[in-house]
Amino acid sequence: MSLFFNYTLNGISNGMIYSALALALVLIFRATKIINFAQGAAGMMTTFIASSLLAHGVSYWWAFVLVLAIGFAFGAMTERILIRPLQGKSELNPVIVTIGLLVVLEGVAGAIYGNASRGFPAAYSQSGLTFGHSRIAFSHFDVFILVAVLVLMIAILILFRATTLGLRMRASAFAGEISRLLGVRVGILLTLGWGLAGIAGSLTGLLVAPTSSFGPYYMDLVLVYAFTGAVIGGLESPVGALIGGLVTGLCISYVGGYLGSGLEPMGALVLLMVALMARPEGLFSRPAARRV
Amino acid sequence: MLRHLLFATFGAGIMYLVTSNISLFDNYQVGQIASFVVVLAGLSLLTGVNGQISLGHGAFMAVGAYTTALLMTHTQWNFILELLSAVGAAGVAGLLIGIPATRLKGPYLAGMTLLFALALPPIADKWPNTFGGDQGLTMTTPNAPGTLSPQEWLAWIQIGGALIVLVLLANLLHSRYGRTLRAVRDDEIAASLAGINVARTKVLAFVISAGCAGLAGAFLGLSTGVVNTGAFPLTLSIQLLAAMVLGGTGSLIGMVWGGILLVYLPQWSTSLSGHFNLGSGVSAYLATIIFGAVLIVAMIAAPNGIQGGLRWAWRRLPGSGSGVGGSGSSAAPGAPTPVLTDE
Repeated sequence: MSLFFNYTLNGISNGMIYSALALALVLIFRATKIINFAQGAAGMMTTFIASSLLAHGVSYWWAFVLVLAIGFAFGAMTERILIRPLQGKSELNPVIVTIGLLVVLEGVAGAIYGNASRGFPAAYSQSGLTFGHSRIAFSHFDVFILVAVLVLMIAILILFRATTLGLRMRASAFAGEISRLLGVRVGILLTLGWGLAGIAGSLTGLLVAPTSSFGPYYMDLVLVYAFTGAVIGGLESPVGALIGGLVTGLCISYVGGYLGSGLEPMGALVLLMVALMARPEGLFSRPAARRV
Repeated sequence: MLRHLLFATFGAGIMYLVTSNISLFDNYQVGQIASFVVVLAGLSLLTGVNGQISLGHGAFMAVGAYTTALLMTHTQWNFILELLSAVGAAGVAGLLIGIPATRLKGPYLAGMTLLFALALPPIADKWPNTFGGDQGLTMTTPNAPGTLSPQEWLAWIQIGGALIVLVLLANLLHSRYGRTLRAVRDDEIAASLAGINVARTKVLAFVISAGCAGLAGAFLGLSTGVVNTGAFPLTLSIQLLAAMVLGGTGSLIGMVWGGILLVYLPQWSTSLSGHFNLGSGVSAYLATIIFGAVLIVAMIAAPNGIQGGLRWAWRRLPGSGSGVGGSGSSAAPGAPTPVLTDE
């Protein structure tokens, strides 16, 4: 029972991280109908930049803020330079370009920083909290993860629901041509969406690094888990990303806990396949009619 | 059909001359190219002709390689049968992945196959007693007949396999089934209105493609003599995709370019980084970076790949007349619509 409890806590903490990256995927998908497979690698890259900053004596929180800004700039640049030229072509082209970017980023990180996994500091203590006499598998750092991701989610929700800018972003994602006719500058808003996703990706990188073998490839699995979560949530809504990420985190934590960590990716694959077979459009979005 | 057979015979003749006149190490590399051609041809059929993407073909190769290696370790089966089992096992894996894939559009399918590529290798690590763990399982090529060196013999097996696969796939693409595959790619709804079972067609494409990958996996295992989990990382799957795009998506013969790139690009980049004194840390990653960068540039600037460029140049040759695909080798009849360009 206490094992189950600890697996659940672990699943929630990991699930929040997957939610953050799933949010990044959702932000991009609803704006441009593209899955950015390089999102995890971009977070990896910015986290390496953070580790360089820390090594040069920059304080953790300055590095944290700087790296989120770099993530924003990188996401926006990706959209402008790589994705914009592909507009109006087959949907496979952007998939392949983001995959290419993933490979380039991992290669560059490997060439600069080497393949060996290194340590990355956590913002807060990683030893479990104690309640009375028992220590649970939930640390101060896990609390920080929870708060950081929730703050990001709420900020995005407020942006979309309560500001004119968010309304314009939603409009240009929903009907680009009509928004353009109404005077919305759709192009710059798409770039902004990719930038916001870049922030979420950078945050994910910073949150995952302390608890995993931080190297060029440490975000690969996080990306596919986040993808699983985003698909379960329907790829359209931030709330769906949150819940999908949590569901994925819990499932993977149980599979890893009871069956062994080697089966975690296979568990995610089964989860994704079941989700796609049962509800291809996801739990939180309405099925769209296909137009002949 | 006869044309494909003639072409294959011609190719076999050339390869006979080539393999008997080059060094043993070159034989090894020619064999590797042939192995990659097998998997790339399958991938080209899946993506270029049927419009489905896969980032998991490295994992299908792993299925084939491990199947053959396990059979070699535990049974005394006929060599051909062991290779066919690799095709069969990978085909079954392709069936399992292909069935949910029928309901998926591009990005979803890419994500699912990406997860597949990452999920499979840890399985082999999970049961080291069966799959040999880091050490892996050994694979041995049957003794070479006559005075042939083992390297030449293996290269012949791999080249022979590649030619057989190319002829089979080329014939398939020229048949009714090839038209069905293309019809499903171009418009699923129109295809189903025309009486095509779209789901079955897409699953079958996946099975065939995965089967090719399985054979290629077994071939590559024979080249290295060992199969372990490190041999099939995600990078391999992505490099396959890159090589397929660069060779010319949807073309079969273009995959020879893809195979050459897969084998020689790492070497070129190593010697390049040696030339510029970049250090071993960089050289290990240079090939990966080049693959990714070229993939991006190709996608934005030249989505038809090398074979597409050659075909374009051929058509512009003065007096070539109806020389479209006139190399006699092009698998796709006429001027195929490259799926990756759309309008």
